[in-house]
Amino acid sequence: MTATRAGRRVAGGRHRTAGDALLAVRDLEVEFRTSAGPVRAVNGVSLEIAAGETVGLVGESGSGKSVTSRAIMGLLPPRTSRVRGSILLDGDELVGISEKRYRKIRGERIAMVFQDPLTALNPLYRAGEQVAEALRFHFGMGQSEALRRARDLFADVGLPDPDAVVRQYPHELSGGMRQRVMIAMALACEPEVLIADEPTTALDVTIQAQILELLRDLVRDRGMALLLITHDLGVVRELCERAIVLYAGRIAEQAPVESLFVAPHHPYTAGLAASNPQISSRRARLPQIAGGPPNPANVPPGCPFSPRCPAALDRCRAEVPPLLETVPGRLAACHRSDELVAGTLVLSWEGPT
Amino acid sequence: MTLELNPTPNLPPVAASQAAVLRRALRSPLARNRAALVGLVILVPLLVMVFFPALLAGDPNVQDLSASLQPPSAEHILGTDKLGRDVWARIVYGARPTLLGAFVVVVISGVIGIPLGLVAGFYGGRLDFAIMRVLDALLAFPALLLAILVVATFGSGLGTVVVALGIIYVPAMARLVRSVTLVHSRLAYVDAGRALGFSDRRIMLRHILPNLVAAVVVQSTIDLAYAILDIAALSFLGLGQQPPDPDWGSMLADARSYLLQNPWPAMSAGIAIALAVVSVNLVGDGLRSQLDPRERER
Repeated sequence: MTATRAGRRVAGGRHRTAGDALLAVRDLEVEFRTSAGPVRAVNGVSLEIAAGETVGLVGESGSGKSVTSRAIMGLLPPRTSRVRGSILLDGDELVGISEKRYRKIRGERIAMVFQDPLTALNPLYRAGEQVAEALRFHFGMGQSEALRRARDLFADVGLPDPDAVVRQYPHELSGGMRQRVMIAMALACEPEVLIADEPTTALDVTIQAQILELLRDLVRDRGMALLLITHDLGVVRELCERAIVLYAGRIAEQAPVESLFVAPHHPYTAGLAASNPQISSRRARLPQIAGGPPNPANVPPGCPFSPRCPAALDRCRAEVPPLLETVPGRLAACHRSDELVAGTLVLSWEGPT
Repeated sequence: MTLELNPTPNLPPVAASQAAVLRRALRSPLARNRAALVGLVILVPLLVMVFFPALLAGDPNVQDLSASLQPPSAEHILGTDKLGRDVWARIVYGARPTLLGAFVVVVISGVIGIPLGLVAGFYGGRLDFAIMRVLDALLAFPALLLAILVVATFGSGLGTVVVALGIIYVPAMARLVRSVTLVHSRLAYVDAGRALGFSDRRIMLRHILPNLVAAVVVQSTIDLAYAILDIAALSFLGLGQQPPDPDWGSMLADARSYLLQNPWPAMSAGIAIALAVVSVNLVGDGLRSQLDPRERER
């Protein structure tokens, strides 16, 4: 069923077979010019997402996950940032194209859902008008046709009483409803790739679950590729097939979600998994990873995680570990991942127990 | 559960752009706002004076030297000045140069200041720096001094005064617009617009500009009140409207010399200026609360 729906969607356009990467990022580097010199926020990130697939980009604040998503959207300030590497959208290179061409791609082929639905809608326009504006802008629809389409989109994203929501102002909608409006807006032009930057962070837990379910259904039904940016491991487990763990602008580990947290191949992932609360655990306090992420302007030599890693060797502090395949389908950047794979390395996390 | 969070608690109130909203705001009017209603009650006769002075009074320049400095009477409800001219007629005809002049001052400052502030706030960086430093330099001069300087260069007259004041009022407007633009261009809806492929121009004009309306309306009414005072002050100094045409500032200046014999002309002009300033402020305040879709709900 997925295949037929996806097939219908692309019937008039490009030819695509399942499994092909719709979005392929290669060796992405993002550098910001600051008064203290260049700061490299993203350093050699590569990722691929196929149609109908959901990939999670996980990391703590400052790990480069939002910068990566903005680089893909072409939303980084051109005067103070430099993007290198390659971003292929269904075979079309996006790095270095003109702003004018990027504008055409944004919204139409890649869309984005933002973290904060409270400020992501213009307070002055009715919800329907905002969605309609995107349709009029990209497809040249008339206002009444665009509003009808907005109403249908609102129904698609599960807004109760879509006819009323079309005429409502953002302040009249709840947080969850606003996020649905945002998703409808992102879907308006039927993008191939959807980037969701912390789409549920600002919402309460019950609404979170609903929004995640909606995103899952949309990816399945529309054959979109979804890049989910989050720091919430629960969300990743819920929604993603594959997860990419970022640390200090580099990929620490990439693996299918079901094996990532059960058997991490990178100490950082292991630490994240250990610090996630387990209902079966009786520990009074969760283990934690000591210290904080490095300042991007001053990343330590060697493995960026080495200062916080309980298993760091001298080699880790001198040499940046390459991102290598540990077992088929999994990548990790750690000098000691072999030991982690074999289970001979036991990590002990600091913190009160 | 507090789903109705106020997303922008510290922002200036947000204005509604759509014509329909404006129409509704004006129809269900400022009635709930008593202060604004009072302002409107004063403003309406002032507007009639500006646009249809002939309805209210005869020729303000007719002299009757045999009846100079008369106290109020049935014939001259506010008395006469030293040349025997009807004070009421001069107040009525003096409204146009003062009020319309002040309005044009605000329009000039808006037409120049809003685009400058919008561009400076939106793009930031060097452009912002350049624009704002020039405006700061302008702001450093006392308004009246600069106006006198311009008048001294280009000759006196209402037109010169209005243009000079209009330019002097640009920095205040541009600064305000810039600060509100700064706040809004960092809100997620601007990013969301970009993510939908909208151009900078579209985002500025269709998304940020309407959000400035409330702030600009409030600033304009404040500026309007000050402009009325400044125009009156400059005419008082003899730099604005030239005799014999009436205008509130020059009336005040003339009436000063015989204030003790007949206080009516001076008081009339002074009260007219004060009423105009108060009414503009009250209406501006009411308009602001009406233009905010959130405040309207309350």
